[in-house]
Amino acid sequence: MNGEETVAGQTMDEKAIDRALSRIAHEVVERNRGTQGLVILGIPTRGYYLAKRLKEKIDAIEGADIPAGSVDATLYRDDIGLKKEAQPLKKTEIPVPVDDRVVVLVDDVLFTGRTIRAAMNALMDFGRPTRIQLAVLVDRGHRELPIRADYVGKNIPTSVEDEVKVRLKEVDGKDEVVIVRGGE
Amino acid sequence: MRLKRKDILAIEELDRDELEMILSSAQSFKEVSERDIKKVPTLRGRTIINLFYEPSTRTRTAFEIAGKRMSADVINISASVSSVKKGETLKDTAKNLEAMRPDCIVVRHCSAGTAHMLAGLLSCSVINAGDGAHEHPTQALLDIFTIRERLGRVEGLKVLIVGDILHSRVARSNIWGLRNLGAEVTVCGPPTMIPPHIERLGCSVAYHVDDAIADADVIMMLRIQLERQRATLFPSLREYARCWGLSAERLKKAKKDVLIMHPGPVNRGVELSPEVVDGPWSVILEQVTNGVAVRMALFYLLLGDIKED
Amino acid sequence: MERVALRGGRVVDPSQDVDDLYDIFIMGGRIASIKPSEEKAPVGEGWLEYDCKGLVVAPGFVDLHTHLREPGEEYKETIRTGTLAAATGGFTTILCMANTTPPNDCEALTRLIKKKAAEEGTVKVHPVGAVTRGLLGRELTDMAELKEAGCVAVSDDGRAVMNTSVMRRALEYAKGLELTLISHCEDLHLKEDGVMNEGFEATRLGLKGIPAQAESIMIAREIELCELTCSRVHIAHVSTRRGVQLIRDAKRRGVNITAEVTPHHLLLTDTQVGYDTDFKMNPPLRSREDVEALREALKDGTIDCIATDHAPHSSIEKDVEFDMAKDGVVGLETAFGVLMRLVHQGVFTLKELVGFLSTQPAGVMGLKCGSLSVGSPADIVVIDTEREWTVEPEAFRSLGRNTPFKGWTLKGKVVKTLVDGRVVHEEE
Repeated sequence: MNGEETVAGQTMDEKAIDRALSRIAHEVVERNRGTQGLVILGIPTRGYYLAKRLKEKIDAIEGADIPAGSVDATLYRDDIGLKKEAQPLKKTEIPVPVDDRVVVLVDDVLFTGRTIRAAMNALMDFGRPTRIQLAVLVDRGHRELPIRADYVGKNIPTSVEDEVKVRLKEVDGKDEVVIVRGGE
Repeated sequence: MRLKRKDILAIEELDRDELEMILSSAQSFKEVSERDIKKVPTLRGRTIINLFYEPSTRTRTAFEIAGKRMSADVINISASVSSVKKGETLKDTAKNLEAMRPDCIVVRHCSAGTAHMLAGLLSCSVINAGDGAHEHPTQALLDIFTIRERLGRVEGLKVLIVGDILHSRVARSNIWGLRNLGAEVTVCGPPTMIPPHIERLGCSVAYHVDDAIADADVIMMLRIQLERQRATLFPSLREYARCWGLSAERLKKAKKDVLIMHPGPVNRGVELSPEVVDGPWSVILEQVTNGVAVRMALFYLLLGDIKED
Repeated sequence: MERVALRGGRVVDPSQDVDDLYDIFIMGGRIASIKPSEEKAPVGEGWLEYDCKGLVVAPGFVDLHTHLREPGEEYKETIRTGTLAAATGGFTTILCMANTTPPNDCEALTRLIKKKAAEEGTVKVHPVGAVTRGLLGRELTDMAELKEAGCVAVSDDGRAVMNTSVMRRALEYAKGLELTLISHCEDLHLKEDGVMNEGFEATRLGLKGIPAQAESIMIAREIELCELTCSRVHIAHVSTRRGVQLIRDAKRRGVNITAEVTPHHLLLTDTQVGYDTDFKMNPPLRSREDVEALREALKDGTIDCIATDHAPHSSIEKDVEFDMAKDGVVGLETAFGVLMRLVHQGVFTLKELVGFLSTQPAGVMGLKCGSLSVGSPADIVVIDTEREWTVEPEAFRSLGRNTPFKGWTLKGKVVKTLVDGRVVHEEE
């Protein structure tokens, strides 16, 4: 990403992101009829911060304190040995046993589905959840695996070459989602 | 994230960024070893050969476990130099093993430079698990990892290494690594066991443990090779233990929270008295635990990217 | 009778203090006359004339220290290949050491070597007999018989005679026979299992060091024994500053001692070793300080001559772990080119270098060669001092490929070698 990026436009601002997360929080509670047995696990880096925000929203709605953490999919990726560099490892922090719980996996962007596949495999090595649900801030299409999100902040149609960038205050200093036109 | 090399042969060759990269990756891998299912599929389909020309329990097992926890296939070959002398040369052995297409060969040998020799001959990765009195890079990495985990830093620490520096690959690797990361290193032992010009590696030399012990943050005790006594490097084990061994009594002169390390296996009652081995200062078993994490990190960094050519 | 004329070359002959343009006329294998080129002295019918304009003509080189490996280790070198290598490097006379298998410790072996050299050799070969039977350092060899069979010197080279009493007797006995004893100075107890120079490099590489004193202690011993026995000794391959100082002091006192140094000890240091077994030899490469002292010692006459210590090994001995590799490097074909670097750098003059390689070693052993004076054998080298070439071990005539100078680009090459007036080597 040298030089200036060609931004096709901001598709979500801070408010939009917050509203989307609020809606997802309500949907999670509704679908699971409360917070009993729920664990929220984000996929680092940004999925983890989204998971924390989601947890806070759900806690506020339900007056609960649901366990939240992170699951790093790096070691389970299917492109190890195919990329030019080994990918840096991130934190895996699973606060409670996942056996017989409902895990809500959180990621920023759902694209090919390969990261989610890797994260689910990682999760399975920690135990046997009764159910895994997937929450994403953005679904940009172009799936390569039969994976579908249970909760979607926003569907954004893109071309394969485009890059969808989710920026969060915790990492990037501001909240926004932008599409960067590919092919440079 | 990428090492600038296909092989890990010596800490001397690694720059600070590479050391940091290995140590921070090891931190992540330590967590994998704490899981119930201590296995990730990362290196599925990769083959690692442990080629050991010297007996080893700790190092060989740590490499084996590290490889297996990452789903690589690990094959152990124990060879002895004497039987090899009659038969196949190291070069032929290595070439034959390479013909079976391993991704990495971990080699330990009593001759300095063998890992370099193999690295030059083979296209697969080579990790030096100890070559003569030259280097033992993974030991230094796990030592430094342990220090950093316990004390939060390496920069500015005072590390005292005691024992047979002359024959110690552990000492050489640690001196390079610790100096590179900004620690002050003093080596200590009988003058017969201090190699000439060792201070040019950036460390200072002391002959009396009692002089050097007081301001050390970390004391690394090296294993005395009992068979070396015959080479008249020191008169008797009794005298060695008396002058350079670490007892609880002698430790009273050290900082209260000093870390005591030892690469193992410990000669109880020689380098360390039993109460020191088992005492609160000792991080010897943590070193062993961390040894797995460090080696997983190296496997990942060496084998987790695309092979060019 | 063969008649050869070498015309128009710059004749460099330290034995006559000559460095000018001369024509050399050879008849019957000997130098018949030498005349200034400007005279354009005519020759009659049947003369073979070589135009040497722009080239240097010098006495053929004399190597006091080679290992030809035959008999016993013909896969490393033979008398045929070793002498071919010598001719290629400009050496017309070589002394071959006794550590063959079996060692040259009896008349039969000496005669075998002489016979082979006469039949298959390209240059003149003088065997060096062993000092002790089997090179074991215990009983003296039958030196009178060895001398009669053709040995020009005795040496247990490769292994020091550790027993001082045996060495004393050897020096005394050799004196009576006017045989020069060549001593390989190395205290084996101090060396232990050392594999390279003791110093920072050995410490860094984790290789066992050989201290300079392993050499100097034994040089000191030989000097003491020479004085005790009023005999003479030639010190092989001096490698240390400390050794040089001892020899210098001894010479000042009038001790009958001479010494040689190898090209590699004049050019390389232990920092170049790494784990490359082509840099492993005995004595080992030393420090920069030692190299400087050796160069100085040649210039001031403390060290008398240069000898190659040509020690061919095969990949069987060299393609192994560093501390298991055999000691030794080849040197016959690279010596001159490598040493020309020092001439180009201004360390020696060309005339000095020619002296170190021909006149002086001949003098050390009392050999009738190393000179272009009238009546001398026509052992001659023709040199192109400007010719550039690259050291390619695969192109060696020697069977040995173990050179630390692989890939070096050198300036200066022997282009023609004559033994007794016959051309035995000629470059394209």
